[in-house]
Amino acid sequence: MTQQRFPALSRLLHWVMAAMILAMLFIGFGMVASLTDYHWLVSIHKPLGIAVLALVAIRLINRLVNSAPPLPADMPALMRFAALGSHMLLYVLMFATPLVGWAMLSTARYPIVLYGSLELPPILPQSDGLFSALRTAHTVLAALFFATFLIHFSAALMHALVFRDGVFQSMASIGRRREDRKDPVVR
Amino acid sequence: MSNDLQGTERYRLWPVDRRMLTAIPTIGLSVGFVLAALAYAGGALSPERLTQTSMIKAFEEVNSVNTGFRRNHAKGVCVSGRFDSNGNGVGLSKAAVFKRGAVPVIGRFAVAVGRPFVPDNETEVRSMALSFRPPGAEEWRTGMNDIPVFSVKDAKGFYDQLLASQVDSTTGKPDPEKMKAFFVAHPESQRALQLIQAKPFSTGFGNASYNSLDAFRFVNAEGVSTAVRWSMVAIEPFAPEIPAQATASDKNYLFDALIARIEHGPLQWRLVVTVGGPGDPTNDATIPWPEDRQQVDVGTLTIDHIEAEGPNNCRDVNFDPLVLPPGIEPSDDPLLSARSAVYSTSFTRRAREPKTPSEVQIPGKGG
Repeated sequence: MTQQRFPALSRLLHWVMAAMILAMLFIGFGMVASLTDYHWLVSIHKPLGIAVLALVAIRLINRLVNSAPPLPADMPALMRFAALGSHMLLYVLMFATPLVGWAMLSTARYPIVLYGSLELPPILPQSDGLFSALRTAHTVLAALFFATFLIHFSAALMHALVFRDGVFQSMASIGRRREDRKDPVVR
Repeated sequence: MSNDLQGTERYRLWPVDRRMLTAIPTIGLSVGFVLAALAYAGGALSPERLTQTSMIKAFEEVNSVNTGFRRNHAKGVCVSGRFDSNGNGVGLSKAAVFKRGAVPVIGRFAVAVGRPFVPDNETEVRSMALSFRPPGAEEWRTGMNDIPVFSVKDAKGFYDQLLASQVDSTTGKPDPEKMKAFFVAHPESQRALQLIQAKPFSTGFGNASYNSLDAFRFVNAEGVSTAVRWSMVAIEPFAPEIPAQATASDKNYLFDALIARIEHGPLQWRLVVTVGGPGDPTNDATIPWPEDRQQVDVGTLTIDHIEAEGPNNCRDVNFDPLVLPPGIEPSDDPLLSARSAVYSTSFTRRAREPKTPSEVQIPGKGG
């Protein structure tokens, strides 16, 4: 049984964004509890969040063009459902969390400075009520993102350590694989 | 690829076998490690750490929660006008606001107390907060006070001062023992307070001069970075506060005088930038810079409109001192980041709360 791998571009996007998103979650939860470190953390959080939003748009297109390899045929229906559901949720969160962040800053009339004179326009009008709702939503989305990440991470380890079905390696291997090589390898 | 199990057997989770016995602790430890790291970043493992929440809690403990109002400088009034730049600031900073020409400005005058209905005669320090809004982008916000230096040098000092100066309900004054302990722990604040007390306050908002207190860095088009502090210097002649004011029957006498004055005609200030010399501290707002430092008059602020706080005017603006245009950068002053953080929490809290009309209203214009 051979589990196909994700295309190289998909793997690259996955791992680059994984590092960015994990950093974002730590910076986000850290900065709201910081005083002296608040400013430099916020200065990273805003452009990095917008970078996640830009990359997830590319990633969605890539996912539609380069479809994911099929899951192992013998995987139980419930696990397939959980895999599909959690991946869809991760895509929703990758779009929603930065978008809500951008919208939230817009409603509070904060300038959305990325770097130097590079500023984003507001996407919603100033509103106290909207700001409160979006500010809460941003925290809830971030917490949900973190929880979904932990489930995703645990599931990946389950595939690697327990199921040993090649699903982990389909995303977590680099370079050429034995089955990709032209010369057959004698075991 | 290990192929030791076939078919649905591979995905069987019960009964627990050897694979599961090794995997479960590995996954548990990994997830536990990530959660612990998050708790560390969020400050949950260090309850002594001063955070935005603990700072705001201290404000709310001292002043109680006044829903919908700023946690500090709670009593204020909205103003607007323009800033006429004379172009003299261009050599120091590339910020759009310093190019020759006029820029619209909105602002807020307030008394530096966390109680929104405090009588003016129970306050001393006054503040001017401004938002310069050049067309397009590059907004600049600044909050200034009419004292020569700030009373604390960092967030810890501010927190300790806030709690030490809490008014005892039986004596009506701060506990002298607590104040003494505060000054022992923060000698810089004792020195700063002597400087603050040595300078009389003015009779009102209009003839007070307001200082940035914190240092910033101006960066010009050539990339040269200069340490600066700035002041809005009143064009109205200074007159020291007279004791009779303190017993005034009008509890809003400072604000009412400002309203009457602006309705009579515009008020003006000169924006004066002080250029720091080598060795002038930028990381300690309790220390004044020498008097002989170069001062650059970069333009004139004209305030010609005043209105009560209301939806979408200055009430709903967070005068975060780190909303800066390119050309103005934070210095290494630790107060700046702390102010930005605490203002943000104050803003988030009051945005969610029901609003009460401001104490300061404009006569004849309704509430």
